[in-house]
Amino acid sequence: MSEQTQQLSESGAEPRVDEAALRAWPKRLTARYGVARSWTLPVAEKHGAYELARRALTTMSPDEIRAEVKASDLRGRGGAGFPMGVKWGFLAPKEGDEVYLVVNADEGEPGTFKDRSIMEHDPHRLLEGIVIACFAVGAHRAFIYLRCELVTAWRRLEQAIVDARQRGFLGPRPFGVDHPIEIVVHPGAGAYICGEETALLNSLEGKRGEPRLKPPFPAVKGAFGMPTLVNNVESIAAIPTIIELGGEAFSALSRLPRDGGVRLYGISGHVKRPGIYEGPVGLTLRELICGFGGGMLHNERPLKGVIPGGASSPVIRPEDRVEAADEAHPLHPWHGKSHLDVPMGVDTFRGLGGMLGTCCAIAMDTSVSMVAAARNLMNFYAHESCGQCTPCREGTGWLLDTMRRLCEGNGQESDVHLLAETANNMTGNTICAFADGTVMPMLGVVRKYYDEFLMAARSAKPLALLNEPQVSSFGSTAANPVEHHAPSDPSTAAAAASPEGAA
Amino acid sequence: MAFALSPGREAHFEKLLREYPDRRAVAIPLMHLCQEQAGWLSPEAIDYVAERLTMPTATIQGIATFYTSLFTKPMAPNRVWVCRTLACELRGACEVQQHLRALWKCDAGGTSADGRFALMKAECLAGCGYGPVVQVNDRYIENFSLGELEQRIEEAVAEGPSPMPGLGAKPSEEGADV
Repeated sequence: MSEQTQQLSESGAEPRVDEAALRAWPKRLTARYGVARSWTLPVAEKHGAYELARRALTTMSPDEIRAEVKASDLRGRGGAGFPMGVKWGFLAPKEGDEVYLVVNADEGEPGTFKDRSIMEHDPHRLLEGIVIACFAVGAHRAFIYLRCELVTAWRRLEQAIVDARQRGFLGPRPFGVDHPIEIVVHPGAGAYICGEETALLNSLEGKRGEPRLKPPFPAVKGAFGMPTLVNNVESIAAIPTIIELGGEAFSALSRLPRDGGVRLYGISGHVKRPGIYEGPVGLTLRELICGFGGGMLHNERPLKGVIPGGASSPVIRPEDRVEAADEAHPLHPWHGKSHLDVPMGVDTFRGLGGMLGTCCAIAMDTSVSMVAAARNLMNFYAHESCGQCTPCREGTGWLLDTMRRLCEGNGQESDVHLLAETANNMTGNTICAFADGTVMPMLGVVRKYYDEFLMAARSAKPLALLNEPQVSSFGSTAANPVEHHAPSDPSTAAAAASPEGAA
Repeated sequence: MAFALSPGREAHFEKLLREYPDRRAVAIPLMHLCQEQAGWLSPEAIDYVAERLTMPTATIQGIATFYTSLFTKPMAPNRVWVCRTLACELRGACEVQQHLRALWKCDAGGTSADGRFALMKAECLAGCGYGPVVQVNDRYIENFSLGELEQRIEEAVAEGPSPMPGLGAKPSEEGADV
C-alpha cells in the first residue's frame, strides 16, 4: 500500500497522499460497520450502542446537550452545510406546541450513498442519535422520512425500532426518564425533490412533494403546522459521538475551523476502490480519490473531472487553480494550488465558487465525454423537477432538449449559448433550490469544458458517454465489509475480509 | 370489484393511524400497503384510500401520479429497475440496459416478451459506489458482472416478494436477520 501515489493529471509534480495514515484514521461513525450482524440490537449493544443515549438522558440537561451540539460546529451533512447547532437554536415552541424531529433519509442526490450505509449497517446509531436529539429539543415524536427504494434500510430500521422499544430505549420512559419518545419510519414513494425539507414535510403530511414558500421556516411551522427540526441522517448519527467526546473535542477532529468533526466520504466512478469511508472534515479531493479510492481505475487514464459532492455541486478539473493572491483572502494558503488540494469544507468550496454538497464524489477519467455526462445529469433534473414553478419545469426540459441535440449531432454553436441563457433565466426565480442545483452544475460544466461543447455542436456524429473500452468497468470489485458494503447479501458483510483485500 | 385490505394489512393501517397526528398523513404508507397487496393502484384502490382517509379521490389520484414508485397502471409481476444516473452509467449501466432489452425483447418502460418482467430506468438508487445497480422488486443487485446478471435476477425473483417492512414486526431477542 506504500506504492507511489498515482498522478491525477499528465503534467507537473503532484502532492503525495499518505494512504496508510488515511486508512488508519480511527473509526467512530463507522465503528460497527464491519461487525457481523451489526444491525441487530444485541450485537450493536455489545459494541456500545445506546451507552451515550443513556448518559445524555440520565446525566445531562437538554440545555447541556444543545450546548455540546453547538460547540461541535457540525455543518449539516445533507449538502447545504448549515450549522446544526444554529438550526436547533431556531426552535422556539410556543405553549401547547408539539415539536417534531424529522430525519431526512431521502438520500437521492446522484453520487451520494452514505446515509444508506448508516441505516443498513448501524440503524441503532441513528436511533440513538434521534433519542438524544428528541430529548435535547423537547420532541416526543420523530419521523424518519426514508426513500421507499431502500428496502433493506427500511426493514432494519423497523426491526431496530421494535427491538429498542422493547428494551426500554424508546417508548414512554426511555432509560427510565420521563420523556416519551416514539420513532416512525415514513416511506417516500420515489421523488428526488422530497429531499428538499419543505417538500419532505408536504410528503410526510400525505401531499404531493412540492416545496413550500419560506418563511415560515420549518422551525416555526413545519410538520403538521408545528415547530419542526429537519436534519440529515449522518448529522443525527454523529450526535452520540459528539456526546462521547464533547462538542469541542469533536470539532477539533476536523482540519478546518467552524466546520467540525468527522464525516463520511463517498467515492464512485472511475476509481479502483469505490465506497464509503470515514475521515476528518477537511480532506482533499486528491486524498479521497488517490487515498481512499485507490487511484484511477485505469492507470493510463488520468482524471478529467470530478463532481465533488453530488450532482448539484459543479465539476472540478485537476488543472483548476486557486486564485487568491491577496493575503487577506481566506483561501490564500492554497493560492496557486489545484482545487484537488483544497480541504473539503463548506466555506472553502463556497470560496472556490462551487459547493461542497455531500462529500460523495464522482470521478471521471479521460474516456468520458463531459457533454454526454452533462446530458445524463440534465436527464435526471428534467425527470425530477416537481413542476410547481414554471422556470424550473420548463427550464429543465429545455436544458435536456438542448443537451440532446448536442449529443445526437443535431446541435449548433448557438445551442451552447442557449444553455447558458436558459440556465440564467431559471436561477433565483423559483420556490426552492432545485433550479439552482440544476443551473450550477450546468453552467460549471459548460464554462470548464467550453471547447468540448463547441466541438459537439459542430459535429454531426452522436456522442457516447464513454469513448474508450471499459475493461473491467464493473463486476471486479470484491466486497469489503467496511468500505464496500454489499447490503443485498448479508452473508458477505458477515465474512470478515482484510481491509486491504478489495483492490 | 371493490378493493379491501387483508386483515393483517388492516391491522397495520390501524397502527399507522395512531402514529400520525393527522389522518391524511397515512396516504402514502396506505398506498404502499394497497400496492403491495395488489401489485398496483387500481381505480378501485384509489377510491378505497380516499374513502378510508376521508379525502377526495382526485387528491389521492394526484398524489399517486406524482410519485414514481406508485403505479396507477397494472405492472408485470417482477419490476426491474436499472439505474441510469451518472455514477452507474460510468460503470456500464448502458450495457446492462441493452443486455436486458435484448434478453427480454422489450424497451425500457415495456414488459418482457414472456410477461414476467417490467423493465424500467431508475434515477439514482443510492448505490453509486457499487454500480451499476439493478433493483429487482425490493432487492438490490450490486457488484455483479454482466454474465451473472440473469442468474442474480432469477435468484431475486425466486426469493419471492417480501412483506412491506414493518408489517407485523415483532420484537426479537436475537435481533431478527432482516
